[in-house]
Amino acid sequence: MTRRPGGGVRTASAVPYLLLAPAMALFTLFMALPVAYTAYLSLRRTKVSGLGLGKGSRREVFAGLDNYAATLTDGELWAGWLRVLGYGLLVLVVMLGLALLFALLLDSAHVRLARFSRISLFLPYAVPGVAATLLWGFLYLPSLSPIRQVLDIDLLGAGTVVLSMANIAVWGGVGFNTLVLYTALRAVPRTYYEAARIDGASEIQTALRIKVPILLPAIILTTVFSIIATIQVFTEPTTLRPLTNTISSTWSPLMKVYRDAFVTGDLYSAAATSIVIAAISLVLSFGFLRVVRDRAFGEGR
Amino acid sequence: MPTNRLVAVATALLAAALAAGCSGTPQEAAAPEARSSAPAGPVKLTYWTWVPNMDKIATVWNQANPDIQVTISKQAGGDDAATKFLTAAKAGNPPDLVQAEYQMLPSFVAADAVADLSGEAGAAKGEFGEGVWGLVTLGTDAVYALPQDSGPMMLYYRRDLFDKYGIEVPKTWDEYAEAARTVRKKDPKVFLGTFSSKDPGSFVGLAQQAGAQWWSISGESWKVAVDDEATRKVADYWSGLVSEGAVDGQPYFTPEWNKALNDGRLLTWPSAVWAPGVLAGNAPKAKGRWAIAPLPQWNAGENLSGFWGGSSTAVSAKSPHLAAAAKFATWLNTDPQALGLLVSEGALYPAATKGATMLGEAPEYFSNQPDFWQQTATIAGGARGFTFGPNVNVTYNAFKDAFDKALQDRSAFSDALVKVQDATVADMQKSGFQLTR
Repeated sequence: MTRRPGGGVRTASAVPYLLLAPAMALFTLFMALPVAYTAYLSLRRTKVSGLGLGKGSRREVFAGLDNYAATLTDGELWAGWLRVLGYGLLVLVVMLGLALLFALLLDSAHVRLARFSRISLFLPYAVPGVAATLLWGFLYLPSLSPIRQVLDIDLLGAGTVVLSMANIAVWGGVGFNTLVLYTALRAVPRTYYEAARIDGASEIQTALRIKVPILLPAIILTTVFSIIATIQVFTEPTTLRPLTNTISSTWSPLMKVYRDAFVTGDLYSAAATSIVIAAISLVLSFGFLRVVRDRAFGEGR
Repeated sequence: MPTNRLVAVATALLAAALAAGCSGTPQEAAAPEARSSAPAGPVKLTYWTWVPNMDKIATVWNQANPDIQVTISKQAGGDDAATKFLTAAKAGNPPDLVQAEYQMLPSFVAADAVADLSGEAGAAKGEFGEGVWGLVTLGTDAVYALPQDSGPMMLYYRRDLFDKYGIEVPKTWDEYAEAARTVRKKDPKVFLGTFSSKDPGSFVGLAQQAGAQWWSISGESWKVAVDDEATRKVADYWSGLVSEGAVDGQPYFTPEWNKALNDGRLLTWPSAVWAPGVLAGNAPKAKGRWAIAPLPQWNAGENLSGFWGGSSTAVSAKSPHLAAAAKFATWLNTDPQALGLLVSEGALYPAATKGATMLGEAPEYFSNQPDFWQQTATIAGGARGFTFGPNVNVTYNAFKDAFDKALQDRSAFSDALVKVQDATVADMQKSGFQLTR
């Protein structure tokens, strides 16, 4: 609640807008307009007459909410949501659990080789998703895989393919999340730990009673990012698809968008499905934030 | 206010820079010129293709035709290339010429993306067989492209391992099934063949051999018969073999498949004339051990085959140089010199009837089979195709999903076929195509 000396806010009323202008222009150009165009496309469709060959036999017409009706009643899309939900839960719990564990270990007083561990944990994050998936995909293939020579499990089977995919995401994501949590931990004044030690708290008690509560905002942040990332899962299933019979072209909702837009050439349905997906991920991530906000950020205000 | 002015000046500068950047694109100012009559200065054409060394072939043309200069833009090929072209056509900046796989051509026509060349190139009809010509006319009076190459199917087999397991080259599909069982008995790690749910093109070729007609045009409406009797026969045949474990169910073109080919755990591949290139790249260890034979037949004594793949050269409907593009396309696919180059540089099996005489020595991978091309020419004579529909992408995608699922659930392929038929019809109905059942 500090008041700026001079009170320049009132006199230079054009400046804020001028300063905002570049950001607003960029937002309009690269965010608002494409979204508006997608919304426009989602209300249209092609209409063919007769054989559909020759000039003028294909027109673009207004379709109303037909595309949305088709998207919302498409069983495959909802089955895709279910698959992604299962996959997402698995990834969220395992990845963030491991990230928290690693962050606490790295921050503990007894850690050795911290630098090396940090880098080796973070390294998989630097591998592009497609490369990581191919790398793991080769490890999953029966006759090429060293894993398969020890373990006799079909890693690309109907039941196991989700686990195999989640494994790739966890492998790639743990390092990044560990780093975020670890950085937050380093910002905590050391005096807290000292006080805890003087009070006789063990290392584990310090971790659970002090570090984890302090980390809560960072954990929530990484959770929101991870929710958004898992809803958008696309690279792993798309890259693994040629290697197995168990992943359909509509395995995840985004894959359906890709298929509609670029395989079967129906841009309009793809636009409608995109908008539905965007709406669902907004609801999910903001819903999660709303639920946990007071608890996490409450005391700061 | 000095700061205020500074901001204003900076903003103005930024805006000017942006504007300059936007208007700076050359875009050649689209010199408006007469569409057909002789243009002033050389005509510049772009050509999207993925035929290897096409740039060398274009150089030969460019040297002989200074007034029509062709620039090659190399594409990745496959379904993505088709999507890219359709998108470019929609966006209004397509290339002048484009490589169009036969199954994609109707989609291009339906999207109004390729021009009718009947005036410019209709005379080339005599250069091609009737079957392949039908693929570029779609059975209408129009000519939407010039056939370039074709992919007649035959049976590739491991001659050395056939000897080892004591198998005769199967002449009928019944014999093939019997041989598949024999192989399994002799060595449970080895398969005679595999059914790929990822390659609808291969399945289409096998269905064509059996006499399938997935699409046809009668009057002003389409007829869709993906699950016709002939196709069902093929589907049931492979369904039976897969479910009894006589053939494998792994897809083609995967690292796993390469390894099986290399290790001699896969003894045959019903494939097209372009297969030597694939085998040489994916199974280099087995060089000189493969041989070719006609596809097994449904009835003994027949000599039928189908097509897997093959492309044509189409001209964009929006090309301002229609006549020049058609002239180049005609030269490329009918001129003896060009056909010779397509064979030697592009490693294609030309669609033009004259092309058969251009074929020289057997591919290096098949050096043990000096009569490779003679055999191929005989087989190609019995190959039959069918008209493709305007939504092949939908059909092929539905095929992959439905047959993937059938393999996974061990359910009958005939049910999967019905799903493919339904998806195709539903998509055409939704778009508004006229259909008869």
